[in-house]
Amino acid sequence: MLNFFRGNKKRQLFGLISPGALWILLFFNLPLLIMLFISFAERGRTGGIASPVVYTLENYKQFFNACVSQYAGPQCDPFLYLGIFGSSVRIAFVVTFFCILAGYPLAYFMARQKPLWRDTLMLLVIIPFWTNFLVRTYALKTVMSGEGLINTILMNLGLISAPLEMMFNEFGVIVGLVYGYLPFAVLPMYTSVEKFDHSLMEAAADLGAPPSRAFWRVMLPMTMPGVIAALVLVFVPVVGAFITPDIMGGGKVEMIGTLINRQFGVARNWPFGSAMSLILMVLVLLGVIYYFRSSSEETRRAM
Amino acid sequence: MNKILIYLLVLLVLPAMLLAACQPAAQTPAAPTAGGTDSGRCGDRSKLAKEIYLYNWTEYLDPDLKVKFEEECGVTVIETNFDSNESLLATLQAGGAEYDVIVPSDYMVQILIAEGYVMKLDYSVITNIKNMEALNVNQYFDPEQEYTVPWFWGTSGFAVDTSVVKEYTNSWSMLFDPNSPYCGKISMLKDERETIGAALMYLGYSINDTDPAHLEQAKTLLIEQSKCVKAYDSETNDDLIITGEIVLSHMWTGDALLASDPDTGGRADIAYVIPKEGCTIWQDNMAVPTTAPNAYTAMVFINYMQYPEIAAQNAVFVGYASPNKAAKAFIDPEMLANQGVYPPPEVEKTLQWIQDVGDALGLYDRIWTEFLAAVGS
Repeated sequence: MLNFFRGNKKRQLFGLISPGALWILLFFNLPLLIMLFISFAERGRTGGIASPVVYTLENYKQFFNACVSQYAGPQCDPFLYLGIFGSSVRIAFVVTFFCILAGYPLAYFMARQKPLWRDTLMLLVIIPFWTNFLVRTYALKTVMSGEGLINTILMNLGLISAPLEMMFNEFGVIVGLVYGYLPFAVLPMYTSVEKFDHSLMEAAADLGAPPSRAFWRVMLPMTMPGVIAALVLVFVPVVGAFITPDIMGGGKVEMIGTLINRQFGVARNWPFGSAMSLILMVLVLLGVIYYFRSSSEETRRAM
Repeated sequence: MNKILIYLLVLLVLPAMLLAACQPAAQTPAAPTAGGTDSGRCGDRSKLAKEIYLYNWTEYLDPDLKVKFEEECGVTVIETNFDSNESLLATLQAGGAEYDVIVPSDYMVQILIAEGYVMKLDYSVITNIKNMEALNVNQYFDPEQEYTVPWFWGTSGFAVDTSVVKEYTNSWSMLFDPNSPYCGKISMLKDERETIGAALMYLGYSINDTDPAHLEQAKTLLIEQSKCVKAYDSETNDDLIITGEIVLSHMWTGDALLASDPDTGGRADIAYVIPKEGCTIWQDNMAVPTTAPNAYTAMVFINYMQYPEIAAQNAVFVGYASPNKAAKAFIDPEMLANQGVYPPPEVEKTLQWIQDVGDALGLYDRIWTEFLAAVGS
């Protein structure tokens, strides 16, 4: 068996690649194909799809124009589902913005420390990852709820007379998501900032650039790859998030993720859920590609 | 060097210890059939298997009863738990899992029968079916009572924090009144059937109504109410009412019982109300999958669990309402007096089953999505 690979570079490469490739083929591409198939079928009564299979475009049409559905009411809003998608994108942008805003200085601070400190700080950023996301979100709930830690402290200090409404609304969802995804923003930006040659900032200063100008014209463009990686790593999962809006939003903040999740649960409408998942995937992919193209041009121009 | 040795020792010894700890205690001779007089509750002993596999909700069977059944009939009950009817269905659909007894809820029974996952029961074995209350048998999901034996049942009314809400009525208006003094301190279940259903019943319609105009009305009512609703929550609503964040909470009986029991971290001043306009009734039932390897033993087990003293012991352990009429003589009268758990006959008449509405489920989800979109904006 081993002789098959020995001394043959091509075969060795094949041997190394195939387990991973097979894995992706089997557990990523195949399910995706199944999803694609289901998205063109009709809903089965007990979940799954109706048999015999009837092919239909209904699930896709319905997403873009909610009024084509047989269930459309008299005051139907054609943008029902698109609107929910839109608000998910808006929430994801806000979350990404705050993750980068808070993450960049943190990444900068970490990168400027002595190696030992740097590793410790890195560990502190990573450690929360070792706890289940669901548990962390529930923990956050006990901190932010009406009878939670923050409100209790503020009330006891006499700073507020009634508890602040920090949860069960969009604010709570955004805080929960920023909290959950901040490390995803910090890590890639840290890598970029760490590689950045800080003598360039001195050079900019020598040439008369004030620190803010030096930052905008030199440091930020040169660390842009890290920022873009952070943007993608945060934005993409946040658009489709469903656990955080569920828990922190008190069921009142509908996002595309919670909508899709419901189709595979109580609504028992796998085809519509699959169609929406695929639409979400394609739209996000297009968005990311567009962003990559336009921003790399900008970066080039800036440099 | 020493360190490495110690690590190695720990690595070797620890799993061994864990394994030892995990060995079932009943490895010692299981002494079936032999010894003791026959209680007559074990059916034909020669046909009994040594063990049966029970797929059950958590905390739904007093462990002492498993021991008792094993001592009396010589059959070991191996219990695994599931957390939703959907995961039970998925397990059966995936195949390969050889359970002898499963415990699906009402609507899931209907699906399991339709899909051929459960077998007809032998009532020459399950003679205790005669002990059941009329309310709990021959319902829509098993009209001839051929496939299931009722296990526990309950409702979805609402819980009241009586330390704040001094005066309350048994009406959904406590939750739906737009001028409620408790506005902002109300929670509703997050479940399109339950929550839309509550609105439908408050409006005087059936919980299974599929008339788009009625559902539209229910949606309008829910949107109006949403100003006063702190959260739509089915999982942590009991915590919210215990901590006082909400004072009126649309809730399942089970959670209300936990919330009102100081032994489970609850508060005795939390009451549970079944609204007069109508209220969801649900029921969990024992059934035998068509693939059960030990169907006869499974039915003996189901019958055993419905002997009055046995059913009573389990009802006291679980806390939910027992469908077993004969068992009530053995249940603590104080428990029976709790009208939220054991409602009087006139209330029983107002209870409504959530039935599968078929394709109209799409309409429900549509209404629910429209409602959520309106609340979010």
